[in-house]
Order: sequence, then structure tokens, then C-alpha cells
Amino acid sequence: MILSRDDDPAQRPVLVETGSFHEVTEIIASPTERKIHFSWVILFCLSVSLMSLMAALFGYLFWEGTGIWGVNVPSAWGWAIVNFVWWIGIGHAGTLISAILFLFRQRWRTAINRFAEAMTIFAVMCAGVFPAFHVGRIWVVYYIFPLPNQMSAWPNTRSPLFWDVFAISTYFTVSLLFWYMGLIPDLATLRDRATTNVRKIVTGIFALGWRGSARHWQNYERAYLILAAISTPLVLSVHSIVSFDFAASKVPGWHTTIFPPYFVAGAVFSGFALVANLLIIAREVFGLKKVVRLHHLENMNKFILLTGSLVGYAYSMELFIAWYSGNIYERFAFWHRALGTYWWSYFIMVSCNVIAPQLFWIRKIRRHIWITFVICIFVNIGMWFERFVIVITLHADFLPSSWGYYRPTWVDIWTYVGTFGLFGTFFLLFLKFLPQLAIAEVKGAMPEANPHFHPNSESH
Amino acid sequence: MSHAEPKNVVAPKTFGVLAEFGSPAEVYHAAEKVRDAGYKRWDVHSPFPIHGIETAMGIGDSKLGWIALFCAFAGAFGGFGLQYWIHNFAYPLLIGGKPMVAYPAYVPVTFEPGILFTAFGCLLGMLVLNGLPRLYHALFKSENFKKFSDNSFFISLEARDPKFSVENAKALLSSVGGRNIEVVED
Repeated sequence: MILSRDDDPAQRPVLVETGSFHEVTEIIASPTERKIHFSWVILFCLSVSLMSLMAALFGYLFWEGTGIWGVNVPSAWGWAIVNFVWWIGIGHAGTLISAILFLFRQRWRTAINRFAEAMTIFAVMCAGVFPAFHVGRIWVVYYIFPLPNQMSAWPNTRSPLFWDVFAISTYFTVSLLFWYMGLIPDLATLRDRATTNVRKIVTGIFALGWRGSARHWQNYERAYLILAAISTPLVLSVHSIVSFDFAASKVPGWHTTIFPPYFVAGAVFSGFALVANLLIIAREVFGLKKVVRLHHLENMNKFILLTGSLVGYAYSMELFIAWYSGNIYERFAFWHRALGTYWWSYFIMVSCNVIAPQLFWIRKIRRHIWITFVICIFVNIGMWFERFVIVITLHADFLPSSWGYYRPTWVDIWTYVGTFGLFGTFFLLFLKFLPQLAIAEVKGAMPEANPHFHPNSESH
Repeated sequence: MSHAEPKNVVAPKTFGVLAEFGSPAEVYHAAEKVRDAGYKRWDVHSPFPIHGIETAMGIGDSKLGWIALFCAFAGAFGGFGLQYWIHNFAYPLLIGGKPMVAYPAYVPVTFEPGILFTAFGCLLGMLVLNGLPRLYHALFKSENFKKFSDNSFFISLEARDPKFSVENAKALLSSVGGRNIEVVED
């Protein structure tokens, strides 16, 4: 077969740098079968320690109450909500890559979708812990669910905070089902390669007896298509509903109709950046370069450029509308955001989110691995500060006498760091024990998978 | 010590005949011929879905869409009904003068359960239609069959088929280009 070169625009880049299905199986399945590397153990111990730290700090919070955080009145939503929105935003790229790119028949997504879906699930887990503990009295957290209880009380379903519970839990569950469904054929591959009894039993149970039947594949593909079709509006709805937490309130600077689309664009933006970061490391460490190619990273960078520009447009439109509305409170809120007490966070936000990704207009930079890596780090820092800028608008509320300076405590900071341990623990387990790329889908996207493919014909 | 022969031993039943093919194109064209030979109880096994194989096999459309549609409506009606019931019967609470049937505010919790139920309907419906999970299957007895999840393609003709006989099945599979033809016992 012809291997097209990346820098030859006349030829469509091939997705996989091999013509052999067996080689694809080997590349993707063998990292799960190798002996555990010492560096993995070190990273895993580090992640578990951070996760334990997070658990300990939540225990402290449970014992002592939210007073140990920096939150106060009027800044009642501090780092917890910033971190929540940041993590949930990151979680959006997974479903976007799996679902929307699937519907648009963007087959290059096969190189990154499993990875992005795993990242989504773990990021949503990290996000979920913050609002759960932010309620203060975690032992009565079941009040937020519509459950029969001893007070015969029911939640107010007309509130965005209630919508949020449904959006986040639905999103987590659907992402998990989508991910698991994609894993079934690949677990069958692991099962059929297994040499030890433990591997045979564990992969055998989770592969559910998959035998690659064409009749099964037909239902499977239909289920996958429907899941993709429903996940597309779902992913757009989730961050829209998260933005309603802000937009449906009557706080100047929050009460704007631009929030839902602007939050969704920002979510996709940061999610793609984190997928790129993790993928760049994994393809170096696990030798996936034949399947995760420069071409794929370049496509992701184009997405980052697009969504970064959308976010930049939203920032300028916010400022314009604040001025154009003629509302003095709205004007003050935005003037104060950009040039007031927290001007430095607005400055970081704009330079990381709006200016840094513009470098991706240059093809050389889009295709430069380590510059991409650095820009993606900047994007994630910038997106964290975007949420900080929005949440911290609260510190200057309606009554100037209550204005204050919000600063996080050491508990805030280390709880946030601890969630990286939660994320890292699960992600490392995924990297080691599950196929990092969708084996069946990568094979299905190869030209050889077409039943009308002829290996020695020039015309195909 | 010699074992007495158990009385009610059942002779191993034949599950069917299995043949291996080297590429999607080979198995596709072989499937067309098996279809034309009039077999009904048979299957193609491949590491990934082969485009158009259902036409080559002559099997109908998947019914999964109906299951998903039913679940979507069940979830959406359930979500809306829950909210209606809470605000009008279980716990009518006046907040900010909002109407009890504030149906625009019911939209998110109508939409999300609809999606959630559809997702469960897709995964579980797919498993039910496929008869999975089924950890035991006669084909797993074949050592060669393990390659189906790597790089090989298989056709299995089942003994349940009225046209089936071991000799005919073997002859058909070898005439359509099958290799490593073996009889699988159940």
C-alpha cells in the first residue's frame, strides 16, 4: 500500500501507518500485557498520595465545616466552584470527540477517542466532588435528589441547581456507558490474547462473551450511532446548564444570555487542550506514534484555535454589551473585572486563552509537538482563570460596605491539587490495564477494512 | 480402578462448521455465496464491523432504534411527570411567585432523563438483542477462533439450520474459499 507523507498535501494522510490488522492489535494491546514499569509505580504512588490528601482534607472539611475554606459573604462561591466548572469543562472534549466527530464521519478521531472518553469520565468525577462537599452538610446531600424523605419535602425542580444535578449525573452515566460499549470488542481482543488465568477471567467477564458476530455488530453499530446522536445535544446541554447556575441569578456580570454558548465553547477548548497534553505524553511513552500521528495533533490544534477564537469573541462581546446596555451595574461589573481588584486574573485569562492559541495559525507551530504542549498548558491555566474571573465577580456585590478580598486558604489549594491525584490514579490505571485506543475502530478505519479494497490496484 | 461407563452419556452434539478467511473482501464475497445457497442459521465473525456485510448476508435492519425511541419517551415523560407531580401534588411550594406548571423550567429535567433512559436502552437493548452476556459459546472451543478479534474473519454454519449437514457445510465453505475448516462440538 501507499504510505503518504505528512507533508505532501496532494495525498490524503493515512490514518494508520501500517497495513496490517495484527500490527494494530500488537501496538495497542501489548502495553497492557507488559510488566509494570518502575516509573508507572512511582507516578501511581504519587497520585494515590495526592488522592489520599484530598480525601483527608474532605474529612477535615466534614469535621470542621466550610469555614476552613476561603469562602465568605459575599464571595460565597470560591475555588470549589471554580474547580468544579474547570473540571467539568475539561470533561466535555471526550464526548465531543466521540459523538460529534463520529456523526461527521471524522475518522481521524479513532486515534484519540478512547483516550478522550476516559479523560471525560475521570474529569467529571473530579468535578463532582466539589459541589458535593460545597453543600456544607454532606450527610444530607441526598436532599438534592428527588427522593422520598422523612420530611415529605421535595426539591424545587424549577431551580438551575437542581437541573445541574440531573445534567452532571446524566452526563457521567452516559459517558461511562458510551465508553464501556466501545470497550467491549477490545476487551474481547484482550481476552483472546490472555495468557494468565486472572487476565482470562477478568477480561472474559467484562467482554460479555463478545464473538464478533456480524449480527451483533449490526445492533452494536446502531446502538453506537444512537448513543452518539443523543450525546451530541447532551454535551451541549450540560455546560449550558452549568452556565445557568450563573446566568439565572441576578448578579451583574452573570445575568447574561451569552453564557451557555460561551461556556460550551470554553469547555471544548480546555478539553481539547488537556487531551492534547495527555496524548503527547502517552504517544512518547507507550510508542503509539504509528497510530496517533502528527496529523491528528494538528487537527486538534485547529479545534483549539477555533474554540479559542470563539472564546475571545465572547469576551469582547461581553464587554461590548456591558457598555451598550447602558446599565451602570453591568458596566461597573465588567470594568471592575478587567481593571479592578483582580485585574491580574483577567490579564492571565486573556493572554492564555485569546492570545496564546492564535499562534496555531502558523502551520509550523501547529505541527511542533512541544510548542503545542506548552500552549495547551497555557490554555488550561487560562481556562481556570476564566472561571475564577467569573466566580470572583461576587466579591464586589450590591453593598460596597461588604466588599472584601477573597483569598483561598491552604485547604482550598491542596484540595484542588488533590483532585489531580484522583484524576491521575484512575488515568494511570486506565493507561496500564485497558487498551488506550479503540482497537476495533482503528482497524475499521483502515483502507484494508473496506470489503472492496484491492491491495494491488492503483485505482483504489 | 476402572471407571464404569456412565449410563446416560450424551454424544457430543455438533454445533456447526467453522471456516477462516483472510480479508474482509474474501469473507464478504463468501457470505454472498452462503446467502445464495439458502442458509439461515449462520454467521460472520470479524474483528470490526464490515461495511455492507448485512446486505451480503441478507439480514434485515436492526430493531434497536425502536427500543431507544421507547426509552427516550419513557424518560422524558417520567422526568416531566415527576416535576409536575412534585409541584402540584406532593409538595406545592410557592417560590418567587413562579407558576406551579412552569413548563419552560421543566425542560432540563425532561431532556436529561430522556437522554439517560435512551443510553441505557441502547446498551442494554444491544445486549438483549444479541443474547449477551453469554460467557460460554461453542465457538470458544476452537483455538483458531481466537484470531477473530485480531486479524481473521470467520464464517460459522450452524447445525440448527435445516439445510445443514457436516459434509455439505464443509463442501460449501471450501468452495467459497474458506481455510482451516473445522467441525465445532457443542
